[in-house]
Amino acid sequence: MLLLKELSEACGVSGNEGAVRQVILDAIRDRVDEYRTDALGNLIALKKGTGKTARKVMIAAHMDEVGLMIMHIEKEGSLRFHPVGGIDDRVLLAKKVLIGENKVPGVIGAKPVHLLEPKAREQVVKFKEMSIDIGVSSKEEAERLVKVGDYAVFDVPFVELGGALRTVKGKAFDDRAGCAVLVELLRDRYPFDLYAAFTVQEEVGLRGARVAAYSIAPHLAFALEGTICDDLPKKGDTSPTTVLGKGPAITIMDRSVIADRRLVELLIDTAEKNGIPYQFKQPALGGTDAGAIHLSREGVPSAVVAVPSRYIHSPTSLLSLNDLENTVQLMRQTLARVNDLDLTR
Amino acid sequence: MKELIKELTEAYGPSGNEDAVRETIKRHIAGHVSEMRVDALGNLIALKKGQPQSGIEPRKIMLAAHMDEIGVIVSQIDEKGFLRFAPVGGVNPLTLLGSRVIFADGMIGVIGRERPEKPDEFPKIEKMFIDVGAPDKEHLTRKVGDMAAFLRPLADLGQRLTAKAFDDRIGCAILVQTAQELETTPHDVYFVFTVQEEVGLRGALTSAFGVEPDVAIAVDITTTGDTPEAYPMAVSLGAGPAIKVKDRGMLAHPGVKNWLAETAERLGLPYQFEVLEAGTTDAMAIQTSRAGVAAGVLSIPTRYAHTPSEMVDYNDVQNAVKLLVGLLSGPVKI
Repeated sequence: MLLLKELSEACGVSGNEGAVRQVILDAIRDRVDEYRTDALGNLIALKKGTGKTARKVMIAAHMDEVGLMIMHIEKEGSLRFHPVGGIDDRVLLAKKVLIGENKVPGVIGAKPVHLLEPKAREQVVKFKEMSIDIGVSSKEEAERLVKVGDYAVFDVPFVELGGALRTVKGKAFDDRAGCAVLVELLRDRYPFDLYAAFTVQEEVGLRGARVAAYSIAPHLAFALEGTICDDLPKKGDTSPTTVLGKGPAITIMDRSVIADRRLVELLIDTAEKNGIPYQFKQPALGGTDAGAIHLSREGVPSAVVAVPSRYIHSPTSLLSLNDLENTVQLMRQTLARVNDLDLTR
Repeated sequence: MKELIKELTEAYGPSGNEDAVRETIKRHIAGHVSEMRVDALGNLIALKKGQPQSGIEPRKIMLAAHMDEIGVIVSQIDEKGFLRFAPVGGVNPLTLLGSRVIFADGMIGVIGRERPEKPDEFPKIEKMFIDVGAPDKEHLTRKVGDMAAFLRPLADLGQRLTAKAFDDRIGCAILVQTAQELETTPHDVYFVFTVQEEVGLRGALTSAFGVEPDVAIAVDITTTGDTPEAYPMAVSLGAGPAIKVKDRGMLAHPGVKNWLAETAERLGLPYQFEVLEAGTTDAMAIQTSRAGVAAGVLSIPTRYAHTPSEMVDYNDVQNAVKLLVGLLSGPVKI
């Protein structure tokens, strides 16, 4: 399971990644030579190279997930909130959440269908009109349990669905899938110094990656992601973005980065030589930590490899463990060769 | 200089694929600069070392022009071998219909469109496709992620020129010509040919960090207000290179702006001031690099920006070169 269950169930909305960091730290402490947590909360671990080269490689996976923040407590004790990161209002209604340090359970209230006027059934309810119900009857009672500024996360257990694709479902595969792959990669030692950066605040603007890349000053970088997968049947020939079970998705261009072509070619060649399935992520969509990393200092050749994950940025996402394991394989084999890559032009 | 402009505009170079443009530029500036290097993102950084001159304080000056052009990227290939695509940079769908595009390997495609539901429907890029003439998917050698640029040769209209990618190959040509004509300078002048401007000033950001200049001038295009029923703007073709005051991304350093204007006055060159409501240039990224850089922009008035047929006035281009050569030959007055 590659730690995915523990990572998925840990709560870490942007700016509050401590619990995820702890899970990762417990897993990697004995696998790395040094680690530190920087001023923004990035966990940066160094796995020293075998000494053959001075090359520094950074691999980033972000610890944070999208979620909610409590903005205001109403007279009768219901909680108004604001999304943290990109969340579609339509996935919020009637979902279970856990609030604050003490994981106070709540539900985002929804009107029963009986009360909906025909017109209202066709309208999207905006998050500003929703509130979280924690079962109290007054502001005072609510204030004993939660504070303004508390984070709320979706309350979703990790479940194995099985099947040929060995599918699992859980929350926050964007980007706990990437974290799980990176933790696994730290088992090996490479010819170069590997800096594993478990970053904060990706979902609110690639903020952790920016400062992590500045301090590491790597020669090249990879970002590992759980990415969009919209592969259920639909009309017309629109792209599925990625397809579940078809292997790790390699990014060529998204809204934040044009991946370094030499790294992309190395990934493709490695996949083909080792019989590892791979696919291209549909270009021009989304953005990742690589967007910040490649612009650090004098520039860093960067690429992105992702585990296809259905329904990301909603309470429950779904991925194939085959894809997850193939992503580990592709990265492991690629890293074994990356030292020989000529980066001069 | 027209030959150089033709060669540069016709080179293939959508954002992230600037290799051909870079090689062309390298060939033309070799021997005219002291050293050249290509950084991690692909920016070409060429230094012309300064010769000390008494009474002139030497400064580190960065001139920037971007090598990349807008284009399209294959996002999906259907069963019949038609290529769906997404824009690279700001592409107006109206300019795509009837256009031809060219891939890095020389393959040419035409852009087609799904039958519109209404005759006057605005064309959307999602409803278009590239047809490279493959009889079926099996005979297609293209992959998702391949990029294509507009295919359009330069036409010399006499006083005016029209071509694709004047944005910003005209800036590249001006920098190359300046490097060739500038015999000596008291300053260390970095001619920086940047990558990925059209997708977010990315090459300028990293190259400015690397060069760490005292002063920077981006040379790029600007739009004009001199065509029928144009959006009002006090910039015209042929009225001289434009000195930027502001655009949507930056306020030009007043000292740099005045230094450009005073030099034009001194040399008797025509110039105009530019206030651009939309768009920005590499100077925006350079200005906020490290602890900040005094940055300005010298703009070439250009009609029909971001279409396959942009238009510039040859006098504006030549005057921009004269202005830069004059600027770099004397003291920095900001």
